[in-house]
Amino acid sequence: MPSVAMTVNGKAVTGNVEGRTLLVQFLREQLGLTGTHVGCDTSQCGACVVHVDGKSVKSCTLLAVQANGAAVTTIEGLAPNGALHPMQAAFREHHGLQCGFCTPGMVMSAVDLASRNGDPSEQEVREWLEGNICRCTGYHNIVKAVQAGARAMRS
Amino acid sequence: MADTGIGAAVQRKEDFRFLTGRGTYTDDINRHGQTYAYILRSPHASAKIRSVDTAKAKQAPGVVAIFTGADYAADGKGGLPCGWQIHSKDGSPMVEPPHPPLVADFVRHIGDHVAIVIAETRAQARDAAELIAVDYEELKPAVDTADALKPDAPQVWPQAKGNLCYDWHLGDKGPVDAAFAKAAHVTKIDLVNQRLVANAMEPRAAVAEFDRATGEYTLFTTTQNPHVIRLLMGAFVLQIPESKLRIVAPDVGGGFGSKIFHYAEEALLTWAAGKIARPIKWTADRSESFMSDAQGRDHVSHAELAMDKDGKFLALKVSTIANMGAYLSTFAPCVPTYLYGTLLAGVYATPAIYVEVKAVFTNTVAVDAYRGAGRPEATFLLERLVDKAAREMKMDRLDIRRKNFIPADAFPYQTPVALQYDSGDYQSTLAIAEKKADVAGFEARRAEAKSRGMLRGIGFSTYLEACGIAPSAVVGSLGARAGLYESASVRVHPTGSVTMFTGTHSHGQGHETTFAQIVSSTLGMPIENIEVVHGDTNKIPFGMGTYGSRSLAVGGSALVKALDKITTKAKRIAAHLMEANVADVEFKDGVFTVAGTDKSIPFGQVALTAYVPHNYPITELEPGLEETAFYDPLNFTYPGGCHICELEIDPETGVTKLINFTAVDDVGRVINPMIVEGQVHGGLAQGIGQALLESAVYDNATGQLLSGSYMDYCMPRADDLCSFHVETHNTMCTHNPLGSKGVGEVGAIGSTPAVINAVLDALLPLGVQDITMPASPHKVWQAIQSATPAKAAE
Repeated sequence: MPSVAMTVNGKAVTGNVEGRTLLVQFLREQLGLTGTHVGCDTSQCGACVVHVDGKSVKSCTLLAVQANGAAVTTIEGLAPNGALHPMQAAFREHHGLQCGFCTPGMVMSAVDLASRNGDPSEQEVREWLEGNICRCTGYHNIVKAVQAGARAMRS
Repeated sequence: MADTGIGAAVQRKEDFRFLTGRGTYTDDINRHGQTYAYILRSPHASAKIRSVDTAKAKQAPGVVAIFTGADYAADGKGGLPCGWQIHSKDGSPMVEPPHPPLVADFVRHIGDHVAIVIAETRAQARDAAELIAVDYEELKPAVDTADALKPDAPQVWPQAKGNLCYDWHLGDKGPVDAAFAKAAHVTKIDLVNQRLVANAMEPRAAVAEFDRATGEYTLFTTTQNPHVIRLLMGAFVLQIPESKLRIVAPDVGGGFGSKIFHYAEEALLTWAAGKIARPIKWTADRSESFMSDAQGRDHVSHAELAMDKDGKFLALKVSTIANMGAYLSTFAPCVPTYLYGTLLAGVYATPAIYVEVKAVFTNTVAVDAYRGAGRPEATFLLERLVDKAAREMKMDRLDIRRKNFIPADAFPYQTPVALQYDSGDYQSTLAIAEKKADVAGFEARRAEAKSRGMLRGIGFSTYLEACGIAPSAVVGSLGARAGLYESASVRVHPTGSVTMFTGTHSHGQGHETTFAQIVSSTLGMPIENIEVVHGDTNKIPFGMGTYGSRSLAVGGSALVKALDKITTKAKRIAAHLMEANVADVEFKDGVFTVAGTDKSIPFGQVALTAYVPHNYPITELEPGLEETAFYDPLNFTYPGGCHICELEIDPETGVTKLINFTAVDDVGRVINPMIVEGQVHGGLAQGIGQALLESAVYDNATGQLLSGSYMDYCMPRADDLCSFHVETHNTMCTHNPLGSKGVGEVGAIGSTPAVINAVLDALLPLGVQDITMPASPHKVWQAIQSATPAKAAE
């Protein structure tokens, strides 16, 4: 089995994986980082979004071996223990989550948007989140949270 | 102390763990020595199984065990039970075919369960399943809902002649026929309420284990009602006593009804874990969810509304065919009957109503409750019919509604279809929504849109639902095989913090916050000192779970009763400590006082005294401060309201763009307005999804599910929707202690017809009279193309 080495949430990790092992499987099953979720099998839902070298990526769409040498950040690594990243805080403040299952991917995707666009319009947020499906919130409060989170990240 | 009580928009207690990736969903759970299961499913909608050969698969790397339908049958275990029995018009019980968790002889829908493969890894289980050779003799399937009743339709079950499960009716036909005979006008409509897939974002999953030392089984599962699963699986399927069976529903990623039901995988994993004495995990991938989660809706209906010359409703008659799929899922038979037929009065004072429902079997995935369950189907039918009636009568669409509303002073109101509404104010919710949506300014906006070449429409829905499910005696008389009360326990700890146990289950609804708010208000303590526990049969006394917008109306009422017992006992302890008569003790904001004196002691001191009873009325009162209450509701609750949708259609492309959506709902007492609004938002998205985007499509010739992934089944995305204007205008439920009615389903129930009525309003100038759901760009464009100029000129 191929071996992989990468940095995950600031820590160097290694592992042996099958060639077909997806990055999300490596994160969840070998590293025990279960905050990254799997909601579909067609790269549509975005529950598995993590950052690879600073950019949001669907970790179900990347083989673990393709992330060899990369710096990966998952939802667990977004803020130090006990604290919330401004985007996480905005989701709580604006009730941008209900069941919480899509939330990690939604937050990781939103952080990437905010790093590119510090003041996204409602339409820009809605279009950016096209690859993240939420079944609970109707997106209304997610959109508000992402806009507020982006503003908070800027300040 | 910051107000964390009833009515405060408190931030949710559960959010920190979800936002930081520390939630514990079923697939996040791993047990020592765990194996993985893969379910081999039928690729055919209807076939006879000639043989299943597992020899080669059993030799594959990592395989621990493989069980087939023959193995399961040989073990003498039961099939999945149905929790509701409907009787046909002639008094005969519904046809109730067997429902084994693994089939041995015939497969009856794509995704039907053929074998379970258990291996050391997920991948090994899946790889081995590919080596199982199943020899199928393909048969012609019955697929389409209406076609299933035709004489030449393939038969799904030999015992269900003509594919009929039941032929049910409700209402008094005589007065209906009489009213139709004297009607000035009759409006008729034919409607399809298409099949949907609930699509909770967390796919179903389960982890089962068996402890040989104690003989206990534990099942972690994605369910909305762990005690119901324990009862059904323990008593009817696997014959395991409750005392040896623990069901845990940890964090569950959405349900919307689809996680109410007892599923084959739950029973199979538990059974197989006993066989191999190792834990087993199974997690559906989304494709499996599409072909094994119970689906929703799927009605074909004809309705007629009789009116006098002024548009006053005289009578309604409805005939519906409801698709059950291949098997009867847990609550399937009650959805198109007692959650549908009983709702056909809606908000209108229609004096006579008669409804007939034929439930049919087809070679499709089972259909059961999906958010709203029966009530969206009733609302869609009524609101489409009322709009059509207004057009035919040349009346304003809101005027015809106002004219026929049950007046606010007519409650309690007995409908002709069994329900007695306790409260409501339909004129007011309509008036508020009309103002918020600026209906008066709509024609100017339509004209402006027209100048841009766009077709603008506005649509209305004034709806009602029955929820807070449900009075046990009533549902028992209607065929329910269970009671539908709820339990709550309040454990006050010695140092005054509280753990509260509820039999309801939160899978997004925020119970850990709202239930804590009720405790906070009653006991006068911040919610930080209150923990809410749910979802574990070893911790909770009993419970019926969460569905039918029942958690607050029923479970919250049980909590109020338990808190009443706590404060009653605490007052007696306080009276003893203050040397006062208990009748003179008052309790407010967490402090006990004696009327007319300056004596006072805080709640915490009473709690401590209960557990350290040195100075205590020990001959009259037990130590400790923990109480349990069960609450069985006296009636359903009746939320209602008005939804208004405004949209634009591009006639060149058929694309519909939502412009504005206004929902004014009456949900009774609100505990947390932030959570209530969030519940409405989510319901609206699902209702709008049905109207414009979503459809479970089967190929009629083969029974293959054509919309079996998110590539094919159009889930609402952020850029499909607009921001919503949501508010409440509440009348109190008169028969439960909170006055709450429930909010989980209102969005999904009220919104769908508002959207379609808006689409038809936009297309009316072109002469388009009807459109089927979902009103996709393709269908809208086709409707525009096929509209005749002659019709447009009318």
